[in-house]
Amino acid sequence: MFPKGTKRKFSDSGEESVSSGDQVPVAPSVATRTLTSSYSLQRQSLLDMSLIKLQLCHMLVEPNLCRSVLIANTVRQIQEEMTQDGTWQIMTQALAAAQCPADRLVATEVLCRQTDPAAQAGQSPKPFSVVGLEEGYHAEEVVEGEVETEVTMSTLSPVSPQLSSASYLASPFGMGPCWEEEEEEEEEDGECEEDEEEDSEECVSEGEEGDLSADSRTGEQVFGTFEIKHPPPDPALEELFSDVDPSYYDLDTVLTGMQSAPKMGPYDLLESLSSHGPTALSSSSSCRSDLNELDHIMEIIVGS
Amino acid sequence: MPMDLMVEVSPRRVFANAHTYHVNSISVNSDYMTYMSADDLRINLWHLDITDRSFNIVDIKPVNMEDLTEVITAAEFHPHHCNLFVYSSSKGTLRLCDMREAALCDKHSKLFEEPEDPSARSFFSEIISSVSDVKFSHSGRYLLTRDYLTAKVWDLNMESKPLETYQVHDYLRSKLCSLYENDCIFDKFECAWNGSDSVIMTGAYNNFFRMFDRNTKRDVTLEASRESSKPRAVLKPRRVCAAGGKRRKDDISVDSLDFTKKILHTAWHPNENIIAIAATNNLYIFQDKLNSEMH
Repeated sequence: MFPKGTKRKFSDSGEESVSSGDQVPVAPSVATRTLTSSYSLQRQSLLDMSLIKLQLCHMLVEPNLCRSVLIANTVRQIQEEMTQDGTWQIMTQALAAAQCPADRLVATEVLCRQTDPAAQAGQSPKPFSVVGLEEGYHAEEVVEGEVETEVTMSTLSPVSPQLSSASYLASPFGMGPCWEEEEEEEEEDGECEEDEEEDSEECVSEGEEGDLSADSRTGEQVFGTFEIKHPPPDPALEELFSDVDPSYYDLDTVLTGMQSAPKMGPYDLLESLSSHGPTALSSSSSCRSDLNELDHIMEIIVGS
Repeated sequence: MPMDLMVEVSPRRVFANAHTYHVNSISVNSDYMTYMSADDLRINLWHLDITDRSFNIVDIKPVNMEDLTEVITAAEFHPHHCNLFVYSSSKGTLRLCDMREAALCDKHSKLFEEPEDPSARSFFSEIISSVSDVKFSHSGRYLLTRDYLTAKVWDLNMESKPLETYQVHDYLRSKLCSLYENDCIFDKFECAWNGSDSVIMTGAYNNFFRMFDRNTKRDVTLEASRESSKPRAVLKPRRVCAAGGKRRKDDISVDSLDFTKKILHTAWHPNENIIAIAATNNLYIFQDKLNSEMH
């Protein structure tokens, strides 16, 4: 995409993240290109920030499609570059190797770095899951970290603790459930609740080598919510979640359930991400927390 | 004793249910019979007297929404040719369309796009290239566009690059990451021509707005705020200096700019040197000194 060795402007305040001194001469293969760790960290930080913004985009009562497209394109650019650098594969492999306890909430993956030694040894691999909202319904998506496949973003599920929580970023529009390759037609209304039947089975992303666009429905998930329409209630899905223990609803709630809450600005929601206490699904007031907690969590995300 | 002006609005006509996404532009045609409305993915043509149906003239919604990488950001009819209109995109392109060519104007007559400067490439390049506003000149020969950092004048006969580029606030170029973080990078500024197409105007931050004289190449930064302007007072030119740079009295340092005070909407009277500036919840009307003495 870029000529190799092109200096890229990234950081602020005139501080070049890739100074000419660090510049690696044009190398024939991507694998041999080295990145300064500063650039790599900044890029990762930008990726994290972008994913959070995408989540928040979906949270709004009236999402802004232009903004989401621009952020998604930014995410895709980063992903493409990381793929070229080999960083992407390292990260996805690390995630695949990571073990998650069965009762651990998926939502915490958004904010918690996995402490996998293999991952840490790698080049800033970072798991993050992204909420893919589809009319307030969310399906868990697990991606097998096959070496050559692209990955898809996973979505958070308010329940289904039995599903494992590995999550990846794939094509920018991979927000939403992933489908096993055989199950092409499962998503009529864009919900992947069928995948939850797979339990802890991991489904393979549909991406092919070099094909950055994930399966078509996922994009619909991302941008389908921007149409001005009202979500149809899904009795099957509600029944599925009916016996859920509300105490699970901490971070999950604020990330997934807020579409039914009164409209919150993006910063309100970001604050609410750090709420830890048990929270009723519709209680937005209890989602506010002090900024220290928020800072702490942001630190984790940024990886400082 | 001056009284506060009370403005009440009541809808005269409602043209409903034609848009699935947020409407970003409306533009009345030079025929004064039709107008268009544009949202993120579609442009519809209306007749002013018919409120229950419209024609769709542009549709860029992809079959698979996952393929969506570009949206419509602004649209306007040509001031004289009622068959021509232009629309801009989030990727910095302009498309001139001719309604005589096809019912659905998905194919443009002309595509205006400036090639990217590879040395300036960053992860924010696309975002800052997104066109927030497009305006035909009164003559109909030029287009004025606004993206995050610049305003550009295009010649309708030259698609390959703009005729002129004006830096609105280039001191923000090194701050794009922070502006992305606080979402300011998504702010959509409008732009305006003066009546004779010799001066262009656009807003910025800190309640500043900028004017560029196309002929003399001079530019000025002015501020719209209660503190700095009493009625009838002449606006004092402002200057933004780089942090640590040589600073004159009354200069503002880049780091002191208030990014919550943004002037997104500006308009210029079509015949007179009277401008309207919207600053947060205030509307300022300014006129030039010569003008005020005449009235």
